[in-house]
Amino acid sequence: MSHNLPQTAAPEPEAVVTVRGLVRGFGNGNVLDGLSLDLQPGSFTALLGRSGCGKSTLLRTLAKLDPAPHGTVTLPDERAVVFQEPRLVPWMPVLRNVTLGLRHADAEARGLAALAEVGLSHRTRAWPLTLSGGEAQRAALARALVREPRLLLLDEPFAALDALTRLRMQRLVETLWRAHAPAILLVTHDVDEALLLADRALVMADGRIAADIPVPLARPRRHGDPGFIALRSRLLAELGIDEERLAGQEPQRSATDSRSAAPGVAVGGYALPAGAVAAPSH
Amino acid sequence: MTAATVRKPGRSSRAAALAAGLRRCAVPLALLALWQTSVGLGWISTRSIPSPTQILLAFWELTASGELAVHLLVSLGRVSAGLAIGVSVGTVCALIAGLSKRGEDALDALLQMLRTLPHLALVPLFILWFGIGEAPKIALVALGSAFPIYLNLFAGIRTVDAKVVEAVSTLGLTRRELIAFVILPGALPSFLTGLRYALGVAWLSLVVGEQINASSGIGYLAMTARDFLRTDVIIVALIVYAILGLLADLIVRVIERSALVWRPAFIKE
Repeated sequence: MSHNLPQTAAPEPEAVVTVRGLVRGFGNGNVLDGLSLDLQPGSFTALLGRSGCGKSTLLRTLAKLDPAPHGTVTLPDERAVVFQEPRLVPWMPVLRNVTLGLRHADAEARGLAALAEVGLSHRTRAWPLTLSGGEAQRAALARALVREPRLLLLDEPFAALDALTRLRMQRLVETLWRAHAPAILLVTHDVDEALLLADRALVMADGRIAADIPVPLARPRRHGDPGFIALRSRLLAELGIDEERLAGQEPQRSATDSRSAAPGVAVGGYALPAGAVAAPSH
Repeated sequence: MTAATVRKPGRSSRAAALAAGLRRCAVPLALLALWQTSVGLGWISTRSIPSPTQILLAFWELTASGELAVHLLVSLGRVSAGLAIGVSVGTVCALIAGLSKRGEDALDALLQMLRTLPHLALVPLFILWFGIGEAPKIALVALGSAFPIYLNLFAGIRTVDAKVVEAVSTLGLTRRELIAFVILPGALPSFLTGLRYALGVAWLSLVVGEQINASSGIGYLAMTARDFLRTDVIIVALIVYAILGLLADLIVRVIERSALVWRPAFIKE
């Protein structure tokens, strides 16, 4: 158990996303204050931070949904976003939602393939409002995937799902990432989720990247692994959470108990208590 | 609770539904019987109100002579022409104001002011402008029906789920595609609500319009019947208006059912 994990020192390919000196203010104070960031092609990065730290603002800037008045932002054209809510167009069947905006002649075939990949082949003609939460979110993933993005932005995409569905979706995202290798930026308030999926965890504070922590764990990852536990403590410390005190306050939910439970199923149970770190930032 | 409302398990629910239906009809049927006997026994003068059978008879006479059909067609023609103009104008104004800020600045304040005018009060002015022919009647229907369409469609365009629009805007659609695929379909439920209001206002405008200097139409039928003290014909005219209103509402419901299949209320799994 070591805090000095090996750093990735391989020669860096050209970054797919480059942000330099990004400043964005709302009323009093800057939400983004001179933020700089590089994302490498095919990398999986998790972005953590307290509620209101600006992580969603950063993601929205990278999605070109918010302007970037100060600073430079270089982005690939092939971008896709998955939000916390599925945000499907309710009056279009699932397949039409997925192919919306596609210019390819074989858009429908691509759409069907993407839906098959997320396991929704049986729901291609369904109306979005008849889908379950997990199905709708998988459709949203297919809609993003079908665009073959070089940058995939995920804004707390699992936060509104139940624990078991969330687990399945996390596995699905990992599989899709391995198959298609987009650069992924995952905004989350769940430290375990970040460590389960990402190769790099960024902690935002005061409008900047306060900590840039590599996650060099072997996959598939488990919550009980010593490396996982060490990184978890470190990330929690970066987020300003004293683990011992938390455990003391809630003995029945102590970290050791949860860790000895079946890996995975307990995630939801001891993912950071919502009040302690961050409610979903919306 | 009466014993009748207690349903034994296993008993056919059809019998229960029949009983419920009968209970619902009981009061109207009793009133109808009371009405018939009151008029029959001379408690109420037929000059005030004829008996249900007399009304049925008048209905039959008007139908058999073809008179009712002629007036009905004239009234339907006026309502259709007025609605076509009113719905078109309301829709165009709502699209201009709803889809652009400049359009809103140009139109919305003016239309919001105009809509507070009770449009039926414009009848004297319309007669001066358009004479006493078909034009003032159609104009009255058009004016009355344009506002509900404008107000509802404008609100519908502006309240399309912003989160969905935002998500779709990341998919590389042109503005024209965004309007055609997302904003207008999203505003359709509001448009149909506006259409139902517009139909109601259209019939109301027609009733008023046809009582002024008309020489045909259901309203004219009622007016001439007044001169001959034919209360039975007046009531036939009222019933025809009611049936037309119901039919119009039914038509919009059918349109809603097919156009809004994606809504959970209409989805049958």
